[in-house]
Amino acid sequence: MSAVEVAGVSKVFNLGTTDQVDALVDIDLTVERGEFVSLIGPSGCGKSTLLRLIADLIEPTSGAVLMNAKPAHQARLDQDYGMAFQQSGLFEWRNVQKNIELPLELKGWDKAKRRARSLEMLELVKLGQFAKHMPWQLSGGMQQRVAIARSLAANPPLLLMDEPFGALDEMTREHMQTELLRIRQETGTTIIFVTHSIPEAVYLSDRVVVMSPRPGRITAVVEVVLGSDRTEDTREDEKFYDRITEVREALRGAEMGSAALGIEDR
Amino acid sequence: MFPITFAVVAALWESYKVVGPQNGGKILGWKLLPRAGSREMPHVWDMVSRLARPENGPNSQTIGIVVAKAAFYSFRVALLAFVLGVLIGMVLAILMTRFKFVERALMPYLVISQTVPIVGIAPVLVFILAAWSRNLGDQKWIAASLLGAFLAFFPITIGGLRGLKSASPESIELMDSYAASWWKTLVKLRLPSAAPYVAPALRVAGAAAVVGVVVSEISVKINQGIGELVALYGQQATNDPAKLFTAVFGAAILGLVMSALVASMENLMLRSRPVTA
Repeated sequence: MSAVEVAGVSKVFNLGTTDQVDALVDIDLTVERGEFVSLIGPSGCGKSTLLRLIADLIEPTSGAVLMNAKPAHQARLDQDYGMAFQQSGLFEWRNVQKNIELPLELKGWDKAKRRARSLEMLELVKLGQFAKHMPWQLSGGMQQRVAIARSLAANPPLLLMDEPFGALDEMTREHMQTELLRIRQETGTTIIFVTHSIPEAVYLSDRVVVMSPRPGRITAVVEVVLGSDRTEDTREDEKFYDRITEVREALRGAEMGSAALGIEDR
Repeated sequence: MFPITFAVVAALWESYKVVGPQNGGKILGWKLLPRAGSREMPHVWDMVSRLARPENGPNSQTIGIVVAKAAFYSFRVALLAFVLGVLIGMVLAILMTRFKFVERALMPYLVISQTVPIVGIAPVLVFILAAWSRNLGDQKWIAASLLGAFLAFFPITIGGLRGLKSASPESIELMDSYAASWWKTLVKLRLPSAAPYVAPALRVAGAAAVVGVVVSEISVKINQGIGELVALYGQQATNDPAKLFTAVFGAAILGLVMSALVASMENLMLRSRPVTA
């Protein structure tokens, strides 16, 4: 049973009006349990839309999304996934611990259990000292750690991430990537990760899904065979550069492909 | 700071009495300068000492107690008006956030409601209330309270509406991803997001509640209130000019107490928020 199965999904925005947009056309994607899959492509390729379809935050125009063989809608009701965004989206009126407890509150956990779990999550993201801090007292990288802790608090089997490190500086970003891999090792969570950074996608993923815009579709899937114990040294590995080149060429091909399609359309 | 500014105002008042013309004066032919005589501008110490003397005859209460009682009476009515206004304002803002059509249908009427002069509606409201209650004489304060609320709700609705809509799209998506109900999203996300917008609206609403209550006290003749006391002492000002100013002090203190109360509410609401500006 796959963690996520996207079958023949299309999404049209503003259907039937003059500003109709084919955001996604005929998407098929299967993500296995424990896999780390990145969605990469230029802006407007529908990668965030695809993530939101999987999350059941928007509904597909046609096709179906299954999560553990459950319809995506049911999976959302059962809170089978956690989500993290580019803006950490922490509630500024709640301290770090209370932010992490938010999904647990909504699940109706009692106070003692929530507290124990949130402190456990803070240890996981190495922010044990900061439980009582307010979000605005933390750096961008620390805020993003809290957001990850929050998304994993209810122990979901799947984590959906929409450019979570997009707003961080390069050094913090690389550090967060290594941290994310460690957290994934420790929790065994399946991760779908939207990014527009090629090295980030390659460093993190088992597979990189390359997408192209107008209309949004999957043009290539690059298998990243770098093994499961990746360290900062992996970034200087020759195989790492090979994969980066492969993804870059897939992206370029996708761009040319869509240009060609543009001509065909006329 | 307040005692200092009070002293400055008192000093300005007294120095104008020294230099100002007794019968008023003209600037460029226009009669602009007020008369500085003791009938129009009594000495500050006369006003203050008047507080300690009896109101009318020698057997009546000192005027300080009369004014304090009236101010406290109006304060209670204004406090109720404020609370009502905040409740009504927030309920309207929540309804308008929940249902777009309510916002479109209601907003023009809300704006119109604020342009109608309160002195005009006050007697109408008393008339309507009288239809329900036989001896309205004792309960006219209900009308004053409602009119205060009528002025106070508007800034809360406007601030609340902005605030409830201020939650970021991502945080709304986050709540959706938890399959949180609209109600849960309201309580956990939208209402706390609205706090920085509602807090300054509370100040406006507090002032509006006081003005609404004081004005409608005069308009519907509620004898126990400070508004009517100002009007009454105003009529007696020719014989006893300092008396009028004691009532004005009472009204000012009423406003000060209300704004102090609202300011502490604001601090309570916004504690632990990031410091901005």
